[in-house]
Amino acid sequence: MEEKKNQNEIESVTSEEEGAEIAAPSGESAAVLTDSEKPLDKNVRLLSPTRMVLRRFFRSKLSIIGLIMIVALLLFSWLGPLVYTRWGETEVDYSGKTEYTYQLITVGEGEDAYSFYQVVETERQINSLAPLSGDHLLGTDKSGMDVFTRIMYGGRISLSISFIAVFAITFLGIVFGGVAGYFGGWVDNVIMRFCDILSCLPGYPIMLVIGTILDAFDVDSQFRIYYLMLFLTVFSWPGTARLVRGQILSLREQEYMVAADAMGYSTTRKIFKHLIPNVFPQLIVSMTLSLGSMILYEATLSYLNMGVRAPYAAWGTLINIVSEDTNILQNYFNVWGPPGFCIILAVLGFNFVGDGLRDALDPKMKR
Amino acid sequence: MLKYILKRLGLAVIILLGVSVIIYALVRAMPVDFVENKINQMNQGGATISQDVIDAMYQMYGITDRTFLGVLSGYWSWLTALCRFDLGKSFVYGDDVLKVIVEHMGVSFLVSFIAIIFEYLIAIPLGITAATHQYSVRDYVVTVLVMIGLSLPSFFFGRVLQNVFSMGLGWFPVSGLTDATQHFTGLAAVGDYLSHLALPLFTMVILSIGGTMRYTRTNMLEVLNSDYIRTARAKGLKESKVIYKHAFRNTMIPIVTILAGVLPTLFSGAMITEQVFDLPGIGNVAYKAMMQGDIPFIMGYNMFLAILSVLGVLISDLMYAVVDPRVKLAR
Repeated sequence: MEEKKNQNEIESVTSEEEGAEIAAPSGESAAVLTDSEKPLDKNVRLLSPTRMVLRRFFRSKLSIIGLIMIVALLLFSWLGPLVYTRWGETEVDYSGKTEYTYQLITVGEGEDAYSFYQVVETERQINSLAPLSGDHLLGTDKSGMDVFTRIMYGGRISLSISFIAVFAITFLGIVFGGVAGYFGGWVDNVIMRFCDILSCLPGYPIMLVIGTILDAFDVDSQFRIYYLMLFLTVFSWPGTARLVRGQILSLREQEYMVAADAMGYSTTRKIFKHLIPNVFPQLIVSMTLSLGSMILYEATLSYLNMGVRAPYAAWGTLINIVSEDTNILQNYFNVWGPPGFCIILAVLGFNFVGDGLRDALDPKMKR
Repeated sequence: MLKYILKRLGLAVIILLGVSVIIYALVRAMPVDFVENKINQMNQGGATISQDVIDAMYQMYGITDRTFLGVLSGYWSWLTALCRFDLGKSFVYGDDVLKVIVEHMGVSFLVSFIAIIFEYLIAIPLGITAATHQYSVRDYVVTVLVMIGLSLPSFFFGRVLQNVFSMGLGWFPVSGLTDATQHFTGLAAVGDYLSHLALPLFTMVILSIGGTMRYTRTNMLEVLNSDYIRTARAKGLKESKVIYKHAFRNTMIPIVTILAGVLPTLFSGAMITEQVFDLPGIGNVAYKAMMQGDIPFIMGYNMFLAILSVLGVLISDLMYAVVDPRVKLAR
C-alpha cells in the first residue's frame, strides 16, 4: 500500500483500495480504465484538511480503541439506567438477608476444656454486601444499594462534570489567553502574572480547603461537586491561557493577520475569527487530554469524601468506602473494583484519543 | 545573569503575595463561628484546646472583624507573622505549624526522592528505546503500558496493591511506616522501613513513569531529527555512539532542567498516596488537619507548598541557562 501526500494536500490515488473508492460514484466504466487513461482530476483527489486529519486519526488503532472505550462508557452511563431499571441510584434492597456470625467458645479449664463454635443467626433488614447474582449483577454495597446501577449513575456524574469543567476552562483560557496574546504589553503582563499566581496554588490542598468551606455552609451533598469544579475551573485556566497566548503570539506575525489589519476588521473579529480558529488544533488536543485528568481529579476529590457524597454516586465515591472499612477492602472487591476500572477506562480512552488527535493534527507528521 | 536572578526573585515575591491574598481570602470566606464549632467538637471528643489558643488565633487572623478594614488589618497581621516564620499553632497537633511541617516533611522527601530516582532510572531508558525504535512493536508496547500507568488513579491503584500484596499474598504490610508491634534496630529497621515503603513507592513510580518517559521520547525524537545527528551518522560514527554520545546528551538538557525544578516539590508530600498507605508524611498530616478544619495548619501548609513550587520554577529556569549554554538570559 503506497500512499503519498504532498504539501498541497493532494493525495495521489495509486493503490487499489483508493481506486475503488473513487471509482464507485462514477459507475463501472471508470473502474475499467487504467490510471493512465483517466483524466488527471480523476486521478488526483483533493482532501480537505478535516478529512485528512480524520483519516490520519482513524489509521491509528489506539485512537479507535480509545474512542470505542469512551463511547461505550457514555452509552453505559446514559442509556444503561434507562434499559436496566431494576434498581434506582439510591434504592436500598430491603429484601433482607440472614447473616451468620460464629465465634469459638471454650468451656472449662485444664484437660476438661472443650471448645465449640457458636453460630448466631441474625436477620438483617437490608440486603447489604450481597454476592454477585442475577438480581444484583455486581452485588450490593454496605447500605444495600445495587453496585452495578450505582456505577452507571456514577458515570453520568463523573463524565458530565469533567466535560463541563473542561469546556469552562477552555472558554476562560481562550478569552484570557487571547486577550493577553493579542494586546501584549501591560495587559499581557497583568494576565500572565495572574496566571503565575494561580498556577502556584497547590491543587488538592486548596480544593480540600474549599471543600471545608462548602461544609461550613452546609451545601447539599448532591451539588457540592459542582461548586468544587467551579472553583477548580477558576484555578485551572492558566494552562490553557498560556497555550492560547503562545500560539497567538506567533500567529499574530503571519501575513494573513496583516491582511486582516488592512481590511480594517474589528479587534474582536480578528481575535475570534482569525486567530482563535488557528489555535484550535492544539486546543482540541489539550482539551481531550485534560478530560482524562479532570476525571481523575473528580474521582480523587470524591474518594477523599470531598466531592459527591453518599448516597449519591460518583465513581470516586464508590471507592471511598474502603478507607473506612478494611473488611470491604479485603473481601468485597466487587464493591469498589469495578468503579475503579471504569475510571481507568475513561481516562485511558481520553488519553488514547488525545494522543491520536495530536499525531493526526501535527502537520509535521508524515505517516 | 545577576540582574535576571534579581528580577525573577522580585517576581517570585509578587507571586507569593498574590497566593497569600487568595489563601487568606479563602479562609476568611468561612463563617465566623466555624472555628469555634470545630474546636468545641474536638474538645467534646477529648481534646483540650484552651481559650488562649483560640483567642491567639482570632487575634492573629483578625477573624472576628468583618469590615473591610478589619479584613485588611487581619491580613496584614497574618502576613507579618508569616514573614517572621510564625505560622501560628495548629490546634489538631497542638504545636507550632512550622514545627509540624518540618518534622514530617523528611518522610515525604525520602519517599518522593527514592520514587523519583526509580522513575528516572526506568523512564529514561524506556523513552530512548521507544524513540530509537519509533513505530516499532517495542515503541507501541512501551507507549501503551506507560499510558495505562498515566491513567491509573493513585488511590485506586494503591488500594488494589494493598488488596493483592498485603492482604492476599501477605508480602508487605498494609500501611504505616514502621511495625508498631516490634522494635527493630540496625539493618532490620531499614528492612522494616523498606517493606513498608515498597507498595507506596511502587504506586508512585508506576504513576509517574509515563510523563517522564513520554517527555524523553519526544525530546529524543526531536534531537534525532536534527542536523548534527545526520552529520554524526554521515561521518560514519557507530550507531551506539550517535545515540548515547550525541543524541542522549542533548536529550538530557530539558530533562535535567525539569528534574531540578521538581526537587523542591519533593518536600510537599504525595497527599493521596500517603493517605492510602497511612504514611506519616506531610501530605497525610495535612490531609488529616484539613479534614478537621485546622485553619492555622491549612494556611501554613498551603503557603509552604506555594513557596516550594515558586522555588521549583525558579530553579528550573536558572538550570536551563546553566545546562544549556545556548540559552541567553539577558533580557
